[in-house]
Amino acid sequence: MTDMTVRTRSADRALLLRLRAWYSAETPNPAKRVQFDRPLTPWLFLMPQLAVVVIFFYWPSVQAVTSSFYIEDPFGFGATFVGMENYTGAVTSSQYAGTAAFTAFFCIVVTALSLGLGLLLAVKADKVIRGASSYKTALISVYAIAPPVAGLIGMMFFDMHMGPIKDLAAFFGHDLRVGIDYWDTAGALVTISVWKQIPYNFIFFLSGLQAVPVSVREAALIDARSGWRRFRDVTLPLLAPTAFFLLVINITYAMFDTFPIFDVVLKDKPANNPMTLVYKVYLDGFKGNDIGGSSAQSVILMVVVAALTVMQFRFLERRVHYG
Amino acid sequence: MMQKVKPLDHLILILGTLFLMAPVVMALMSSTHDPVDIHSNGLYFTPGSNGAATYGKVLTHKGGFTGDVTGMTMLMNSMIMGIGFAVGKVVLSMMAAYALVYFRFRFATLLFWMIFTTLLLPLEVRIMPSYQVMSKLGLLNSYTGLIVPLLASATGTFFFRQFFRSVPDEMLEAARIDGAGPFKFFIDILVPLSRTMMAAIFIIMFIYGWNQYLWPLLMTTDESFYTLMRGIKSILQVWIGSQIPDYNEAFALAVLAMIPPVAVVVIFQRMFIKGLTESDK
Repeated sequence: MTDMTVRTRSADRALLLRLRAWYSAETPNPAKRVQFDRPLTPWLFLMPQLAVVVIFFYWPSVQAVTSSFYIEDPFGFGATFVGMENYTGAVTSSQYAGTAAFTAFFCIVVTALSLGLGLLLAVKADKVIRGASSYKTALISVYAIAPPVAGLIGMMFFDMHMGPIKDLAAFFGHDLRVGIDYWDTAGALVTISVWKQIPYNFIFFLSGLQAVPVSVREAALIDARSGWRRFRDVTLPLLAPTAFFLLVINITYAMFDTFPIFDVVLKDKPANNPMTLVYKVYLDGFKGNDIGGSSAQSVILMVVVAALTVMQFRFLERRVHYG
Repeated sequence: MMQKVKPLDHLILILGTLFLMAPVVMALMSSTHDPVDIHSNGLYFTPGSNGAATYGKVLTHKGGFTGDVTGMTMLMNSMIMGIGFAVGKVVLSMMAAYALVYFRFRFATLLFWMIFTTLLLPLEVRIMPSYQVMSKLGLLNSYTGLIVPLLASATGTFFFRQFFRSVPDEMLEAARIDGAGPFKFFIDILVPLSRTMMAAIFIIMFIYGWNQYLWPLLMTTDESFYTLMRGIKSILQVWIGSQIPDYNEAFALAVLAMIPPVAVVVIFQRMFIKGLTESDK
């Protein structure tokens, strides 16, 4: 009994301490010893940003939450309060479960592949000396290509008439039908999304690797002759913070930033094709005119993203050192 | 370094480079061929003879595939969007970060949280209500509507806040002894000090603005406001039902859409990487 209370208390305390540590890391105050002491001037500097944030962030966000509790008349004749109906309706529909499952699958595969390939290329680029900068420039340049452009080019590659991937698949005896076959489409979407994201991971892993001091590298070289062991025991732990940060970024990318790729490849005609939750929010809202249902799905997604971002934010502050 | 480089390392790098670059090269090369050839022979890895004609048509021909608008107009709009967004972002976020770091005033913590909460929710999750707000404000089909709402995210503010906090306190102390007020300190000392950071943020934000897809898609129905990204959506809509789509024109549009951001990244590579990895976004 006493043991129990003690344990709960110390757990509470630990949580409290962690919260306090987090909060003090987030508060802007202790940074400067000297500050200006004027009550009005800071408002002047903050005003433009605040105005934009209130009008274009808070207003729509509140609106999303409100309209998720209403069913709007499709012809604009008012709205009826329905409580949680939009949420239960959205979550219990069989299509939603399928889309959520695909989104999870898509996030895992895209994140794993683009992180893995980005890391592999970064480790190799860090090793070579001859031609290192040419490889780097070539690998980085793809970063700047917009997702819809990536989607367009990718779509041509997987095209049923002239796409080279179609021929490649035929060579292996597979009849590739992107846009018609569920898993063929999923494969194309994964490939394009990974292609677009590798450079980003490459940049971060490479700069993480190059931040490892020469003395550490040389010590590692003496201690571990085998390249694989050196990678596992020295490089990988040193890269862990970068990898964790990238993990969150990549999940966010797979969930949200791939929207244009889906839109270009599926061309508004989703039929039975795979799609992510964000794409479904868009389709239900703009094509299906189901504003309440779409808003409810938005709110669910907001909660998911908020959780992800809090993870990232906490981590970010810990990584930053103020000179 | 006494490490030996194995040919395998180069092989992996070459394969990776090929995987990333081949689609780009193929898009570029195929855009210089005739659509009928592309349709029957597949994509090309060698330049064709049709390039000048295709790009000429895409840039200047009205209604090539989108009705009223030329590629030139879309290029201009993308430029306005990229530069407008980047300038807006740098100005707004520098000012806000300055207020948050250098002033002691009431509600500072509350305002800090209000601004940084925007990092939580990407635009994609609130597109429907954002659209409704824009239409209430009458900002559909305008440059203001294209650019200003995107400024609501606090990435730039976060970055400048970090940077300002790393500026030595002695700067402000010295400036105050010399009698400089908040405006003078900001313009004469902080802005020149931040020049490199401003450039890095500008580059990242230019690419971000240029590459926007979903927002222009919702905001613009009037073709004179179409950006290149919006144009890509339009070509695809024309494709459905056509016998032999104008593959070459689609590729040309894709090439036009990727040249400016890619060029910026390649030219300012070092600054770009620094900005990206230090701002973590």
